[in-house]
Amino acid sequence: MATQAVEVPIKRQSLRERFDLGSGFTPYFLVLPTVVVILAVAAYPILNSIWLSLLDNPLSPVANLVGLRNFAQLFGNSEFRSSIVTTFIFTIISVALETILGLGIAILINGTFPGRGLVRASILVPWAFPTVISAQIWYLMYNDRTGIVSYILQQIHLLAPGATLLESNGGIIAASIITDVWKTTPFMALLLLAGLQVIPNELYEAASVDGSTRFQQFWTITLPMLSGPLVIALLFRTLASLGVFDLLYVLGGNQVQSMASFSYNYMFTRSTFDFAPGVAAAIVLFVTGLVVSLLFVLLMRVTRR
Amino acid sequence: MAVKNQVLSGAKARARTAEPGKGIQWGKVIRYTAVVFVVLVSLGPLYWTVVTSVKSGIELNLSPPTLFPHSFSFENYANDLSLSTFTRDLLNSAIIATITTILALTVGILCAYAIARTKFRGKSIVLGITLSVTMIPLIALVGPLFVIFTGPLPVYNTYTALIIPDLATSLPITVWFMTSFFRDLPPDLEEAARVDGATRMRALWEIIVPLTAPGVFAAAILSFIAVWNDFLFGLTLTIDEHAQPVTVGITRFNGEHTIPWGEIAAAAVIVTIPLVIVVLFLQKRIVSGLTAGAVKG
Repeated sequence: MATQAVEVPIKRQSLRERFDLGSGFTPYFLVLPTVVVILAVAAYPILNSIWLSLLDNPLSPVANLVGLRNFAQLFGNSEFRSSIVTTFIFTIISVALETILGLGIAILINGTFPGRGLVRASILVPWAFPTVISAQIWYLMYNDRTGIVSYILQQIHLLAPGATLLESNGGIIAASIITDVWKTTPFMALLLLAGLQVIPNELYEAASVDGSTRFQQFWTITLPMLSGPLVIALLFRTLASLGVFDLLYVLGGNQVQSMASFSYNYMFTRSTFDFAPGVAAAIVLFVTGLVVSLLFVLLMRVTRR
Repeated sequence: MAVKNQVLSGAKARARTAEPGKGIQWGKVIRYTAVVFVVLVSLGPLYWTVVTSVKSGIELNLSPPTLFPHSFSFENYANDLSLSTFTRDLLNSAIIATITTILALTVGILCAYAIARTKFRGKSIVLGITLSVTMIPLIALVGPLFVIFTGPLPVYNTYTALIIPDLATSLPITVWFMTSFFRDLPPDLEEAARVDGATRMRALWEIIVPLTAPGVFAAAILSFIAVWNDFLFGLTLTIDEHAQPVTVGITRFNGEHTIPWGEIAAAAVIVTIPLVIVVLFLQKRIVSGLTAGAVKG
């Protein structure tokens, strides 16, 4: 009896030592529901979609395994290749503009001046708009006859009288970029503002004493101190932009597609035989996002040094 | 434009009266030009939506468009609200966003608490998995979900069909947001509760949660907005007003011969204005929530 009583606690001790860092098993029970939900609603569908992309027609009860045929077909498809180009042009230009404007707005409202609260509040308005509704509103404003944006662009001679941005493919991409910049620059600005606010003021005071100009301070203090939040904001925005769907669904139609709207069109607006290539396109987009994330992780390692 | 000119000339006037050689006044001119520009551009489309929504049919077709409506009419709103599909879509969105938010909060608060306040092996893996979900393009989820929801789990065109994938967007937000809130609480609070004999679960629900009620509320708003704003899942996993969210309903306004701009604008106002008001009221909390973690790492 006595030996048993000693042995049992020892066994428990060793198990506890492996998992427990002070809180027992409770943490595992607390995180379990979240992990289960995430595996069910995200991990499983992703794995499942890889399987679907290898079938000829997942919507038919007798689907056959065709290997990588859907992917081969996809990269041979000029429509898909141009959707990749569109997606990258959209992503690079809109993220670049959002970063520059976001940084500008962040620096602007980091100071104290009358009207600061107004700026802060008003930039939250675009953020609160559902993306698809902002696309609709801008679509209305791009209208060739009655749209206010087209009217302004016509008045300053960026557009011919009666013309609209939505007439050409390049114009549609430009219109999507403008709409996206309007909608998401606030997010960038607020992230960067949070980063600016933790930079100690003493750094600037010391720099001023040393006689450096504001411009020099921006490059030697602000940007380096902001690199962490900047890289995180860039990563989030880049991934979101690569997946752009709502904007081009409304503004692009079938004429200009992003990778996501190409995937949607193939899955849901064409014959069931195009479903699997549509799924494959979504996987290509997913993998593109993974590669970009890895590049960003590398970038973070470099900036931390 | 008038406002802009006034501010500009005001700033310039001050710049002129200031002592020569002081660059600071030019800084002011640039600052206020930027302020006016940012405010105009941010609010312009909202103004335009509201203006369009109260214009009558004839005025809507005027070219060039009128900057200020000649006559106000609430006809477009009346038309929208008399449409049974539109009111049903609104109700769908509200129900889906509410249920998803409650589920995400219930599950996410537990997880966030464990990450922020306890020590365990695999914490970074849990946080990593949760965050990586936000990086998945949503289009990659809809194909398999469509196959599953029209086959083995027949929930296509029901609220369930949207609540399930919406959790993939709202749960990471909740976990991320609440983790940073829990981290900011003083550590001795729950220790005091535990000394008094409360279990960790009781400490969580009776002490920590009430203290973080403002945070929980803001997390709920962020989650609600994320779900309310969903378009892709609604577009692909529902087919009609039985379950379709209002974001999808609005794009289906476009079906007729002419685009009913006035009604679309009125619907956009109805869908967006409540969010804008809530966001403006809870500004500080939402901003701290949006930026949580990005700074602290």
